[in-house]
This record gives sequence, C-alpha cells and structure tokens, in this order.
Amino acid sequence: MNRILITGNVAAAWGARLADIDYCPAFPITPQTEIIETLAAWIDQGEMPGRLVMLESEHAMVTAAGAAAATGVRVFSATSSQGLLYALEMLYNVAGWRAPFVLVNVSRGLAAPITLEPDHNDILAARDCGFLQIHCATCQEVLDSVLMAYRLGEDPSVRLPVLVNLDGFYLSFTREPVDIPDPSAVREFLPPFDAGTIRFRASAPESQAVAVLSGGPYSYFRYEMHLAARNGLAAYDRIATEFEASFGRNWPAVEAYRCEDAEQLFVMMGSFATKAKAAVDSLRAAGWRIGLLRPRLLRPFPEGLFRYWMRGKRGAAVIDQNISLGSGGVLYSEVAAAIHGQPDMPLLTSFIGGLGGRDIPPEEFFEMARIARDAAEQGQAPPPRLLYTADELRETRKLQTLARVERARLSGGEQP
Amino acid sequence: MSETRFTNVKQLPSVHLLGSGSPMCAGCGGLEALHQVYDILGTNTVFVNAAGCMTLLAVYPFTPFRGSWLYTAMASAPAGAQGIRDALDVLKERRGLPPEEDMQVVVLTGDGSAYGMGLSATSGAIERGLDFLYLCYDNEGYGNTGQQSSAATPHGARTATDLTGIGFHGEKKPLFDIWAAHRPPYVATVIGSEPLDLARKIEKAKAIKGPRLIIALSPCPTGWGFDPQESVAIGKLAVNTGVWPLKEYVDGKVVHTKIPRRRVPVASYLEAQGRFAHLFKPERNEAVLAEIQARVDGYWAGVEEVVAPPTPTLPQGGRG
Repeated sequence: MNRILITGNVAAAWGARLADIDYCPAFPITPQTEIIETLAAWIDQGEMPGRLVMLESEHAMVTAAGAAAATGVRVFSATSSQGLLYALEMLYNVAGWRAPFVLVNVSRGLAAPITLEPDHNDILAARDCGFLQIHCATCQEVLDSVLMAYRLGEDPSVRLPVLVNLDGFYLSFTREPVDIPDPSAVREFLPPFDAGTIRFRASAPESQAVAVLSGGPYSYFRYEMHLAARNGLAAYDRIATEFEASFGRNWPAVEAYRCEDAEQLFVMMGSFATKAKAAVDSLRAAGWRIGLLRPRLLRPFPEGLFRYWMRGKRGAAVIDQNISLGSGGVLYSEVAAAIHGQPDMPLLTSFIGGLGGRDIPPEEFFEMARIARDAAEQGQAPPPRLLYTADELRETRKLQTLARVERARLSGGEQP
Repeated sequence: MSETRFTNVKQLPSVHLLGSGSPMCAGCGGLEALHQVYDILGTNTVFVNAAGCMTLLAVYPFTPFRGSWLYTAMASAPAGAQGIRDALDVLKERRGLPPEEDMQVVVLTGDGSAYGMGLSATSGAIERGLDFLYLCYDNEGYGNTGQQSSAATPHGARTATDLTGIGFHGEKKPLFDIWAAHRPPYVATVIGSEPLDLARKIEKAKAIKGPRLIIALSPCPTGWGFDPQESVAIGKLAVNTGVWPLKEYVDGKVVHTKIPRRRVPVASYLEAQGRFAHLFKPERNEAVLAEIQARVDGYWAGVEEVVAPPTPTLPQGGRG
C-alpha cells in the first residue's frame, strides 16, 4: 500500500483511475477543476487508459456521461455548484436511464451572490433526482467512496448513478495523507462494469428512455427507481463490509462517533463534521455525554440507522450547512421525518451554519450543545438558529457603509 | 454529386425501414424526410433524439425504428451522440467490441432545438469533430407545442405567438451558414419532396467521417395551415420559388444542387398556406410580399450558378 499526501480533488481522481474508468466527459469549474486536470494529465501521459473529452457545458457533460454509460462503458465525471445546477435537467433524465456512473460534486455555495467556498445547497438541489448520494469528510474517504459508489450504482438491485460529495476548499484543496489501494485489490473489489442489457449494440437494437403517455406506466417506472434506490441501503451495507475486509477501512452509511453512551448528539454531514467531532472530544473532556452522527449516505436515506442511534437520547442539535430558503435546514427536516412517530426519540434543535464556507468555531458548537440540552430539559424546541456573530455583523456593516459612501460619492449626493 | 449510387428515382430503395402507424400528424414533411433518410442510412444506427415532435415516435412499448434510439433532452442531443460515439470507440479500443457491432450515430432534432436551445451543443460537437450525422426537421416553429415562433420561423408567418399584424417580424436564422462557418466536412439542405436529391446527399453524408449536418425543410400541415395532401406540393413550391435552396457545403464550398432557373413567384408558395393568409386577405399586402420576394431574389442573385453535375430531370414522385 502506498501512502501519499494529496488533496481531496486528487483523491477523487485516484478513485476514478483505480476504478479503471473508460470515459470522462469534462467541464471546468472551481473548485472541481483539479480533478479533471489530474485525469487529463494521467491519460495524456499514458499513466491510465480511457478517454477524456471536454464538453461545452455541464448539461452536455452529464448528457454525454449518461449516454456513454447507456452504451455500456464505465463513466466518471465531476462538477461543482452552478455546474451541477446547470446539469440538473439531465441529472433527473439520466437517472431514469438506469445507466450507472459516478459524478463527483465539489460543494460550493450557489449564486446569487456568487461565491466560491462551500455549502451543501448545490448537492441538496440534486437530492430528489434519482442519483444516490455519498457525503465525505476526509480525503481518504473521497477516494474510497468513489470505489464504493461504482459498486453501489452498478449493483444489479440498484443500477442508478451516484454522486460523491466533498466540500470545496476544505477538502478539495486540503492535503491529507491518503492510502492508495493496490490496483489488483481494487479490481477484485470492483470488477469491470457489466452493462447487462442496457447498452447499444448493432446486433441487439434497443430503444432507451422512450416516452410514456400516462400516469400508470410513468408511476411504475418512477416507483421502480425509488425502490431501486431503497435497495441501495442493503447493498451499501454489503459493499461497506466487503470494502472493510479488502482495505481495512470501515465507512458505515451513518458514522456514529462516541454515541453509545451519549445523552446528546450533534448531527452533521461533510467535512465540517470533523469540527463537530473535535467539539465532541472537548465537551467529553468537560464531562458532557455527547456524540456525533454523520450521515455519509444521504440517498437512500438511512432512517433505520438514525432511529437506532437516536433512540433513548435526550436531545440532538442538527447543524445544516445549507438553507432551504423560507423553510430552514434540509437535514433537520430529513431527520425529523425519520424519527417522527417513533418511541423514545430525542428533541431536535435546528441550526444553520457554514454557508459559503463560513467557519463554525468550537465555541459555537459548545453553545449549540448547551441550547440543545436546555431545550431537551424544557421539552420545547427553540426556533431554528442562524449562526452569525456580532463581529461578523459588524464586518458586514462596514462593507455596507463603504458601499453607501461610494454610491453617495458617485451620485454627487450627500452621504446618508 | 456523382459519388452516390443514385442517379435516378427508380434506384431509390423500394423497401422502407421505418415502421408505419406513428403518432406524427398526417402529411408531416418531417416524417416524409425521415422515412427517406432512414431508408438510406439503414438500421445499423442509433438515433439520439432531442425534445420535439419526433419524441413521440417511440412511445413505450412501441418504436418505428428497427435500430436503436435514445431520447435525451431538448438542448443536448449532440452531447448524447458524443457519449455514444465515444463509448463505442472506447469499447472497440479497450474492450474488444467487434467492429460489426458499431453503429452510425444520428441526432434527430426539430428546428426549435437546432436553431436555438441546441445550437451550443451542436457547435461544440462540430468543433470537436464528432463523427455523427445530424438531421434537423425544420417546420419553422415550435410545432409540437402548437407552432409558436422559433428562430426558424420565416418573416411574415403568423404563429401561435405572432397572431396579429404581419406575423413574425424576425428573419429565419441562417443555420446552414452558421454550421458551415464551423467548416465541418458536410452540410446540406434537403426536402422530402425532392427524394433523389435527398437520397444522394444522405448517401454521400453516410460515407463521410466527422460531423455531417442536414436540414430538412418540413412542410407542416397543422403548423403552416394546409391540407395534409398538399404536403409534397408545398415542398416542391418551396424549392421552385427559391424559398428553400437545395445546397450542400463540402470541401469549403457551397454548391447548389438544384437551381430553379425560372423561379415561381414566392406568392404562390405563401398563398397556399394559412400562416401567410393575412398577406392576401382581405387585401394583398404588396409591401410585405415584395419584401419577401426581394429577399429570395437577392439570395439567388448572389448564388454562383455552378451546378455539378446538373440534377437529372427525371419524373419525380411515385416512390415505392
């Protein structure tokens, strides 16, 4: 085994390389670009086989990816943020083709205002499209998840494309030591893609993705996709067990950190969950019985594991690095739906933080733990809390003041 | 155009490959062209469809195609063709796919996609040198949704979104020129009412590697307002009035394959269609008619009269 220091982006490219991909339609976007540049260099220099083609948009890129997968080759692609949303029509579309491939999304906040650093509104906009979703917190996890994603998507009981998510900057550009698995061991874990009957061959004409004209067949095919995605829960557990046996690393659908004896939980996904983990350690040292639940698998949603780990806990702070404008945290509503009507479940409190890469420092985790504990004691959840400090507000006010001064100067008027 | 095996309508295929009973409208000029194109291309094809009228050719569990089909979306059929072409190439190079399992990849799209939403994907595919054939059935409006104005709508046509006055104020986008500006190996215009010209062009395109793009003007009874039985006659008028020049771009040059030496006045083409009825009733709009005629005359005045070799003047029609 070979241990090297690489970014999350290069780890994603290693996943594709080890998966022995045939085809990568590509389009650049920050902070994902390093993935396709890395693959392009490897292919150009003959270090890996396969073909990489630059498309003229992400919409075209996902179309080409789906069409190639529907022809029977193993496909990889990557995007971020606006790119994922530009491709959204095709995400829904190609999922219905039942032609599996892996798409890496490097999370980045959505316009407007346009920005570069991460939150999860991009990937969550693709929540309902039929792609399964795996969310990563470390560079090693990115590489390993790409390999597991191929097994999951190509599983005969599933046959759906898979999104693997990593956070822009925090993972995409952060170097961590990563074990590069032995290619022969990977080949054993992940054999070549078997397209089955979903492929184009001159001797076996196929009509794929044809129209249906009524709700009956439409519902049938949509339910089939849903049930196939649900099959992903059992398939995932099987694949994770095999992965651990082959490579010694355990990636459960939901990571439960110091949860066994906990009275209270943080619930978070993505790389910021490592901050929650550090907060758990600090709070434990201060005598709190607290743990962290981190869903890696968001689609299919592993509600069984949430119920298992949450049963008997008193309170849980769900921290969403996203915001469903006009509603609140998406993960919060997912978790609430999973435990609703179940006996002996904790009181949930909802927090929004980390938008556009805004940091969540340790003190805020401590404060959230306190609010969640008090709420559980009172049996009454407070309104969702939008994390923001007085200092941040002061800094933003400064920018607004500057903007007003400049506007007044340009219009020749009085300063407001 | 001596490169093809067709010099005479009697040589055109008499066995037709596209199944009948599709949900296309009676008299559909697009379907007429597709029938002829499919007869020449054969079943060793995968059609990549963009959203449009012909999406309804394949409705589960039926298809009129004996070969393969993939529905993509309105904007990205050429990218679907890219994925299939690349995948077949990779399968041959890496995975031992026998060459006889390979197929011609054909994009099938209406003008709504080709002239507008799909133009970026088409431009990208040409620029990448994608080995595919692109067939646009051009009925000069968003036909499948009831003939709203598109970038292919001609000046003065009334549509579902240009119901009053002279109708559509804009000009039909010069898609042939836009494609040709990319310098692909082959671009051509065709029409179903000129089956020999169509067959010769498709036969020629079939043998070329790289992007080959075809626009078929597609008389549309429902969208243009004429009786389905007039479809072929309208198509012939489009050619004989000079409204629809039959031409090809090959080796960097545009060649007209059929020059109407004595052009029929444009008014006789327009008058036959409900979408132009307002130019004739209650009184003739001489200004607009003259404007349209002048534009057609101007086009042909600029055409170098080089036809190589002259199209055989054999009796037309009566195919199969």
